[in-house]
Amino acid sequence: MRVYGHKLPAMSSLLIWALLWEIVGRTGATFFIPPLSEVFVTLFKIIGTPAFLAALSETAQAFLAGVFFSIAIGIPVGILMGKSRLLDELLLPWVNIFVSAPLTALVPVLMVLFGFGMTSIVITTTLFGIWIIILNTRAGVRQINRSLVEMAISFGATPMDAFVKIYFWAALPEILGGVRIGVIRAVKGVIIGQLLISIVGFGALFELYATNFLMSHFWAVLIVLFALAFSISEFLAFLERKVAYYAAKR
Amino acid sequence: MSQTSQAFVDAHPSAQDNAVTVRGVSKNYGAVEALKNMSLEFPRGQLTSLLGPSGCGKTTLLKIIAGLLKADSGEIIVNGKAVTGPGPNRAFVFQDFALLPWASVLRNVAFGLELRGVAKSEREAKAEKYIKDVGLAGFEHSFPHELSGGMRQRVGLARALSVDAQVLLLDEPFSAVDEQTRRKFQEDLLALVANENKTFIFVTHSIEEAVYVSDQIAILLPRPSRVHEIIRPSNFRAKGIDNIRRDPEYLDIVDEIWASLRNYVE
Ligand SMILES: Nc1ncnc2c1ncn2[C@@H]1O[C@H](COP(=O)(O)OP(=O)(O)OP(=O)(O)O)[C@@H](O)[C@H]1O
Ligand SMILES: [Mg+2]
Repeated sequence: MRVYGHKLPAMSSLLIWALLWEIVGRTGATFFIPPLSEVFVTLFKIIGTPAFLAALSETAQAFLAGVFFSIAIGIPVGILMGKSRLLDELLLPWVNIFVSAPLTALVPVLMVLFGFGMTSIVITTTLFGIWIIILNTRAGVRQINRSLVEMAISFGATPMDAFVKIYFWAALPEILGGVRIGVIRAVKGVIIGQLLISIVGFGALFELYATNFLMSHFWAVLIVLFALAFSISEFLAFLERKVAYYAAKR
Repeated sequence: MSQTSQAFVDAHPSAQDNAVTVRGVSKNYGAVEALKNMSLEFPRGQLTSLLGPSGCGKTTLLKIIAGLLKADSGEIIVNGKAVTGPGPNRAFVFQDFALLPWASVLRNVAFGLELRGVAKSEREAKAEKYIKDVGLAGFEHSFPHELSGGMRQRVGLARALSVDAQVLLLDEPFSAVDEQTRRKFQEDLLALVANENKTFIFVTHSIEEAVYVSDQIAILLPRPSRVHEIIRPSNFRAKGIDNIRRDPEYLDIVDEIWASLRNYVE
């Protein structure tokens, strides 16, 4: 953004929005929006508390486990679907249904099946993240230059060699794109899972704050979560740019 | 049949040592007859060109010899053994280079050896030697996108040479490089054929190129795909590469091939 010819740092427009928030908060128009300064004061107050740290670590564990399963299952399945017509025909309809399905509706079912604890939250997170990773990996594998595969086979590559040394790397830019979107979805998954199951992590905190009308606490936790999700996404975008140099040259 | 090739076939019916023999190979893609009962012999240590109009099955034949495609019938014999799949006695050079864009020149050249399980230090030493041989010393750690088309094809060539296969299969290897680079490549190829004692099977669209580099030229024609003629230029090769393009025999053969192919070019 430029103002009077001066280049402003990225995202400085956020300052304007922060100011607006502060003003609306100070007018006391609604209890729902406390002044931003108050939110930040609360944020620094609660950020070191055991309740917050416990919520953070539970969430982080569920999130990391969910992301791990999404990636560890999603990438091989995507590669296999990209390579095999049969598997693709079998699985693609399901992947397409799930990638657009309102997965939130499934969470109660998961609770019944897997209980009210971590397992359900991890599975919810995985379900949110995995489908787009599968789809992107599949798309990446399908656009692979055939002659790279033929080259590897002509030099005696086994199917495993081709999988690890050609398909994975050739599809890496698309895979990373899928992982980035999948991770952002997993953030949603882990929060939605916690909110619905609402006895662990931030779900429990939100429940506590919302029922007691602690709005500045509520916003403080929300800001932390938004910032975390945004940082993760930017970090993955950075990784993506690092491999983009060869993606453009294929 | 041309006089030269007829004379050769009559004079040496079986004395010839063939690195590769194609016997009665047919290949259909659905309703398309890509190859029909094709037979062809590739003398050891020589360069044979496959020349013919687009769609006559040159790439198909080369891939069947490489073991990348299965023939519907007939067989390929390499060094006395029938081909069942890709093998270490054959190496392929691709028209579009087929380099790993995420790997350095060094790893690309060593990739054939890597797939054959050669230890890292050994394969990199070998790769470095061939990188020097093809004139790319100093570019070991460059990436393919940092190289020109001609340099990329040198990488593809070095990769094929480094696995030390007796038979090199080249599918229009020079068609994606500029004319001057191409001429340099043709001279380098002649030197390789002379020095390496390998058998080269070379697909090209260029009549001049085929006559310039070949010990034997197989003219293929489409619909149905068949070997129309085998030409063996004999005299000008001994006179030194600088004089080939002015040699009367060279010019005659180029004309003769054009006369047989012109009807098939629409
Ligand atoms: N994968 C395929 N599926 C169907 N038909 C194919 C396939 N590959 C080749 N063909 C057909 O087989 C015939 C021979 O193809 P091939 O690629 O071997 O020809 P070519 O001589 O190499 O042609 P060019 O000089 O254009 O490279 C063509 O008619 C082509 O359309
Ligand atoms: Mg071809």
